[in-house]
Amino acid sequence: MANKVKLVPGKSPNLFTERDAGKMPVLECIHLGIDFGGLHAVQDFDVAIGPTEITGLIGPNGAGKTTIFNLLTKVYEATSGTVLLNGIDLKGMTTPQVCKMGIGRTFQNIRLFNNMSVLDNVKAAMNHTIDYGFATGILRLPKYAREEKLGTEKAMELLSIFDMQDEAGDRAGSLPYGEQRRLEIVRALATEPKLLLLDEPAAGMNPAETTELMENIRKIRDRFEIAIFLIEHDMNLVMNVCEGICVLNFGQIIAKGTPEQIQNNPEVIEAYLGKKKEN
Amino acid sequence: MKKKNYGNLFILFALTVFFAILGGMLYTGNIGRQFTNMLIPIFMYIVLAVSLNLVVGLLGELSLGHAGFMSAGLFTGCLVSIRLYGLVSDPLRFVISMLVGGLVAAVFGLIVGLPTLRLRGDYLAITTLACGEIIKTIITNLKITGGARGLDTGHVYSGAKTLFPYAVVLVYLTVIVMMHIKNSAQGRAIMAIRDNRIAAESIGINVTHYKLAVFVIAAFFAGAAGVLYGHCFANVKAASFDYNVSIEILVIVVLGGMGNIFGSIAAAVILRALPEMLRGFENYRMLIYAIVLIMVMVLSNNKKVQSFRYMVTGKLKKKLRERKAAKQAKKGGEMNG
Repeated sequence: MANKVKLVPGKSPNLFTERDAGKMPVLECIHLGIDFGGLHAVQDFDVAIGPTEITGLIGPNGAGKTTIFNLLTKVYEATSGTVLLNGIDLKGMTTPQVCKMGIGRTFQNIRLFNNMSVLDNVKAAMNHTIDYGFATGILRLPKYAREEKLGTEKAMELLSIFDMQDEAGDRAGSLPYGEQRRLEIVRALATEPKLLLLDEPAAGMNPAETTELMENIRKIRDRFEIAIFLIEHDMNLVMNVCEGICVLNFGQIIAKGTPEQIQNNPEVIEAYLGKKKEN
Repeated sequence: MKKKNYGNLFILFALTVFFAILGGMLYTGNIGRQFTNMLIPIFMYIVLAVSLNLVVGLLGELSLGHAGFMSAGLFTGCLVSIRLYGLVSDPLRFVISMLVGGLVAAVFGLIVGLPTLRLRGDYLAITTLACGEIIKTIITNLKITGGARGLDTGHVYSGAKTLFPYAVVLVYLTVIVMMHIKNSAQGRAIMAIRDNRIAAESIGINVTHYKLAVFVIAAFFAGAAGVLYGHCFANVKAASFDYNVSIEILVIVVLGGMGNIFGSIAAAVILRALPEMLRGFENYRMLIYAIVLIMVMVLSNNKKVQSFRYMVTGKLKKKLRERKAAKQAKKGGEMNG
């Protein structure tokens, strides 16, 4: 295992881009692992992501990609290893706490609040900025109107960046598929993350929608200056958008590097296409 | 957003009309004795249904312990009222006892909620049902609440005419609080939990916190409604507030539509008044009641009926939009001209 590099917290050698070189990584996983019973679903997952990097996580089905996202967002608690977000250990935190720390995510199968309006979906994710309690809401104190107005403005601004301002009043569940995926990203961004996790954002999209998604991913990085970590099977998207790629197979990293390095890595080709017959 | 607020105004307007008619009839004596006796229970069921709607409709969790919270509030509230009788003026006594009843019910909501709200769906429903029964059994076996014979509330008994204003205020309060919660950041969080718990957690919503808050608020109003109810009888037995009552409240909520405040109010009035109106049918009364209930449930869930309803409302909305657009076009034309 050539990739088993010992990471020192806060001083990681393997950032993928020049741009972020020398900066403190936003996310560091050190020997992260989880066992389900006897099954080692993820083992020794080491990765460091720079504060404005777009990193891809690829691998065959069942390699443990979504499990890693669930570990990062504390849906599962890791059985071994450490996750550092901007140098802070996430051990023992709950999912909402991790969100407040700055990890936003989308889901492989869309999880919107279907019976709420598009605007309310976004505003629901802004409860940390819309700052008032139950009593203020019930008594309709002046703070309520002020905060609601501010929240609506912010949410509309966010929606208009992704060209969804006209759908603000629609029921989220009634949106077309591509827009539902986009809304999920907007909702994740509304939590003001420092790291955005996208779980198969292009799944089920046609080529035109995928192209648009690629533009959007770059736009998010440039505009919000955050790191993006994405799982994707669409190699066109991964190779074009990502600056660094991790390849996972059977819960272990088999390769890490720039898109060019990954494309020419024999182990990766083997994992995806099988071993060449030797004779 | 604006449309929603019109909806709320409509509910408040409808309520005011309803109260004005009932109040007018009550105080001019144009209402039968039978209906006079039904008034306060109807109001109580409105409050119970609207508050349970917060749990079932907004939070999306099935709670079958609402009658338990109600009787916890009822008995403490009535006991306070009995103690305070003659010591303070009547209005103050009513307000204090309703507040105390509500607060005690809220505490019960918290006690029941803390261990059970980690459960979901069927499990939560069954556990809350059991908790309701436990509250009932405890009250039945306490000496202070009169045991199985029931609590004698004879000398704090008040007629519908005395209780009517308090009932009106309580209904207004409940409805307004529910509306305000629905259209607040907290309401959005609660509905987000209902629609997708995992996504709600991922955007930073603390599920347990909101679930508990909803339980406590709903229990508070159930308790206050119970105090009101206790005052219109000379004797109250805990045994009469068993799970049947909880289920009846749930039926009202489901019939009125999940999350629909106006629906809960209308369904409470209809379902409480219906058995009385059907007295003429004597033995067949409950049979007809059941048939009507089944018909409404089936029809309101029928795809064809639903699409018909959407068609009608859609046409109306379209017409309104066209009219608005025409008006705006006219305005624009005038400005240009």
